[in-house]
This record gives sequence, C-alpha cells and structure tokens, in this order.
Amino acid sequence: MMPLLTTKGLSRNFGGLRAVDGVDFALMPGEIRAVIGPNGAGKTTFVSLISGRIQPSSGMIVFDGADITNLPAYARVRLGIAYTFQITSVFANLTAYDNVALPVQRTLTDGRSKGAVHAGVMAALERTGLADRAHMPAGQLSYGHQRLLEVAMGLALKPRLLILDEPTQGLADSEIDNFIGLVREIAKSATVLLIEHNMPVVMQLADRITVFNAGKILAEGTPEQVRANAQVQDAYLGTTP
Amino acid sequence: MKEASPSKAYALHLGVIVLLFALSFVLPEYHHGLLARIMVLAVFAMGYNLLFGYVGLLSLGHAMFFSAGLYGAGLAVIHLGWSVPAAFAAGLACGALLALVIGLLALRTSGVAFMIVTMMFAQVFYLVILYLAAWTGGDQGLVVPQSARVLVLGDTSLGLTNPTVRYMSALVLFSIVLLVTLGIVRSRYGRVLVAIRENEERTKMLGYDIFSNKLAAVVVSGTICAASGAAYALLFGYVGSTFASVQYSILPLLWVLLGGAATTLGPLIGTLFMYYVVDVTSGYTSAYLLIVGIALILLVLFFPRGILGTIRQRWLGWLP
Repeated sequence: MMPLLTTKGLSRNFGGLRAVDGVDFALMPGEIRAVIGPNGAGKTTFVSLISGRIQPSSGMIVFDGADITNLPAYARVRLGIAYTFQITSVFANLTAYDNVALPVQRTLTDGRSKGAVHAGVMAALERTGLADRAHMPAGQLSYGHQRLLEVAMGLALKPRLLILDEPTQGLADSEIDNFIGLVREIAKSATVLLIEHNMPVVMQLADRITVFNAGKILAEGTPEQVRANAQVQDAYLGTTP
Repeated sequence: MKEASPSKAYALHLGVIVLLFALSFVLPEYHHGLLARIMVLAVFAMGYNLLFGYVGLLSLGHAMFFSAGLYGAGLAVIHLGWSVPAAFAAGLACGALLALVIGLLALRTSGVAFMIVTMMFAQVFYLVILYLAAWTGGDQGLVVPQSARVLVLGDTSLGLTNPTVRYMSALVLFSIVLLVTLGIVRSRYGRVLVAIRENEERTKMLGYDIFSNKLAAVVVSGTICAASGAAYALLFGYVGSTFASVQYSILPLLWVLLGGAATTLGPLIGTLFMYYVVDVTSGYTSAYLLIVGIALILLVLFFPRGILGTIRQRWLGWLP
C-alpha cells in the first residue's frame, strides 16, 4: 500500500536551531499515528510543516503521491489536510454554528443550497455533542467544549488527514474518555496524526507511535515496541529502573 | 450572521427606505437637499464599512476611490460629452480598476503598514489630480454643466438639478447599496470576511485563500465608494480635488465609527449625525468644531461601538 503522506529529509531551522532535522516519515492511510517526545523536540514544528503553516528550510513533503512542499496552507487544506490548533483557536465572537459553517460551506461542492450547509453543520455538531449549544458564542463555551468545537471544525473539512495537536490538553478525565471514542470514530473515515502528551491516551489510541527527540525521529513502532525501547525510556519516559 | 430569522432584518431595512422616501414629501427645502447629499455620502460610508467593519482592514485612502468615481464620471461628461448613465458606469469602472490595482499592492501589507500604504497611494492620487490641472481643473475643480446633467429614460428626460429627481436618484442608489451590503454580510462570503477579521490564521487553516477574499472585498468596497463619487458629480455638479484629500479619507472612518462599524445601517446614522451636528452648531457659533469635538468625545464615552453597534450589543442582538 502506498503511504498517504511521506516526508524526505524535512528540515526547518530557526536561526541556529534545527527544530526539525532531516526527518524521513511515512504515514499509511487509515492509521492513527501518535507523535510523542519531550518538550522542544520539534513535534509542533513538524506538523506545522506538513500543514503548511511554516515553510521548510529543506526537504520534501508528498501527500497522496503529489509533491506539496511548495503549496500554500489553504491549498493543502483543500487537498484534505486539516489541522486543529494546539492553543484553542475558535472564532470566539461567532456562534458555534458559524464556526462550523465556515469549513462546511467551503467543502460543499453544490455550493448553493442553504439546507446543505445547515445539515452539514448540525451533523458535525452532533458528532461532537455540541448540537444543543449551536447558537452560543464560541467564546462562552467551556474550555472542553471549545476543544470539541475545534475538532468539529476539523471534521467538517471532511479531511483525509486530520492533524490533532495536543487535543486532550486541559480536558477533564471524563471528557478524555469521550474524546478517545470520538477519535476512533473519526479514524474510520480519515487518517489521524496526533501529537499527545497524555500517555494513556496515546497507548489506547495509536496504531503506531513516532518518537521525536531534538528534531529527529528517535524511534518508531507499535505502542508495545516503543514502550520496550530503551532509548525512548531514557529520552522521554525516564531512565530504566 | 445567523441563518435563522432574516425577515426582521429585511423588514427593518425596507422600513428605513420607505421612511426616507416619505421624508421627501414632508421635509422643507433646505433639509431635503441636505438629506439627498447625506444619502450619497452614506453610500461612501457603506463602502468603507464593508472593508473596515466587516474585514477589519483600516484604510486611510478611500478618498481615492470616491474621487475615482467623481472624476471618472465628471470628466466623462465634461470632456467626452457622455450621457449620465455612461458617465456613471465610467465612474464605477474607474473605481473598480483602481481598487483592484491598489488592492494587489496594498494587501501585501497589514495593520499599520496597510493604513500608511493606502494613505500614500491616496496622496499620490490627489497630487496627480492637481498635476493634471489642464483636464481636472486642479485645485479649482470643475463644474459639470447643468445642460449635461439630464437623465434620459425612454421619452422622458429628468433634470438631475431638479430637487425631487435628485433626492429620488440618491435614494435609489442608497437603497440598492444598502440591500447589496445587507445581502453580502448575510451571505457565506460575508461569513468568511468576518472570519478573516476575527482570526485570519484560523480562516486560512480552514482552506480559505485570504488574499483573494480580501482583494475581492477591496474591489467591492472601492466600487461602492466610486458609485458614491460618481453620483455626487452627476447630482451636485461639482468635481473638486478637495474630495481626494486626506480629509475625505478620514471622514468615512469617522462616520462609520459613529454609526457603528460592522452594522449595515450604521454608516447612514453616522453620516446623518455628523452632518446635523455640524449643521446645527455652526448656526450658533463659529467655534462649532469645538462642540463637534465634545459631541464626539461624549459619543465615544457612552457609545464606544458607535450608535448602532452599542444598541446591538445592549438591546437588539439580531441587528445585521
């Protein structure tokens, strides 16, 4: 099977710092991949390069067989790469409905009927359990609900690759359980790339895990392999007992 | 912005148009003339509001779009002997083309730089008008001859110098632009414009091309302002470089801020308010600008989002 996404020698320098350093990475269609690593390992920079928010210093990104290295971010979104922000970034002054209507109306190909927007918005809101809050301004939603709204916006883009940047940060334990169910649900129709610090979430969700350290891939494998990897334990999980 | 209950908003706007129509028959001559002028300038403010209020782009150069329409229409009549509709179309075309070129260049910047760049372009435009005095009349300006200001519709010819014809022409233009603005801000495109104002980065990551959306807004805004300028030249018969000066870039900003940015009726209310405060106070004292200044300060203190903006915030959340 051909990978959905590959990067070759992907690098990004900030001044003298090599935040992402020659990363070769491949992601298979349909998998849930977690990216973990200590703070400053380059995880967010790496997914920002994929989504096009940051331009690489060198290297190449291929999505579904096409070189997208030089495509602007909005064009990548149109190809099906959706990015949900690490810091909640909803439109605080717009209603939850309008927040989701923005991605829905763009993905509609018929482009005319108002009913289609409404149906699409309500479907995305219902999937994330926000339907009864549709007409609240997003800024007045609780933090957990704002995170869910962020996911609803990502879902509404009908992505082929959904990048979630620390989605469970700031969520209560009860909300996290719902969230895991939601990501599993999403993964039936999309490939998921997940940056996550919460280890139980990673272990439950991920098919494979990629470990970053100092801008490079330190290890990659199934959760069991990564858990057993001595290098990973040194770098990230703490030294071996 | 909500897709529900649009009827209230449309009823309100139609009500305002009917009210303005009815006022034509009851207003004394002086106020009748003043209101016609205010309606034309409110169109200018509405064009400005589209860009400033909804997209959040603060331009300090909109006088150039107004005067592109003003000179485009005025010079077409004076030098080329064009008919009123053709001259009006020429004014619109000049404004649209200018807005496209300026937009392509100025939208490479944002924030304060955008303000400065638009202001500089407007100054260039102003100086070019003065430089081309042989055609534009320089700082004296030009008078559009009364004989040319006749609108021929089939067999009837309407002299635009006639107060009623002038008032009704201004009202027609005002109504069209008001309803077009309302349509835009309630449309999906309007939702994208507001999204750009609220959070540009996020809008980009929803797959929207920010630059082309902004450019389209600049062109629509510039064209509406040019429509106001073209109507001004044809209805009031004067084409002058004052209208291209910095003052006329600041005025629409002031009108919009007073009336309420990002409200569809705010530009009319702001223009109306400003004109009447100046009109009333200058009748009592030559220091009327002092009183205007105090009125503005009070307004900012008690209506920080403009008259309609504050009303919407406190009482009428459904106002578009």
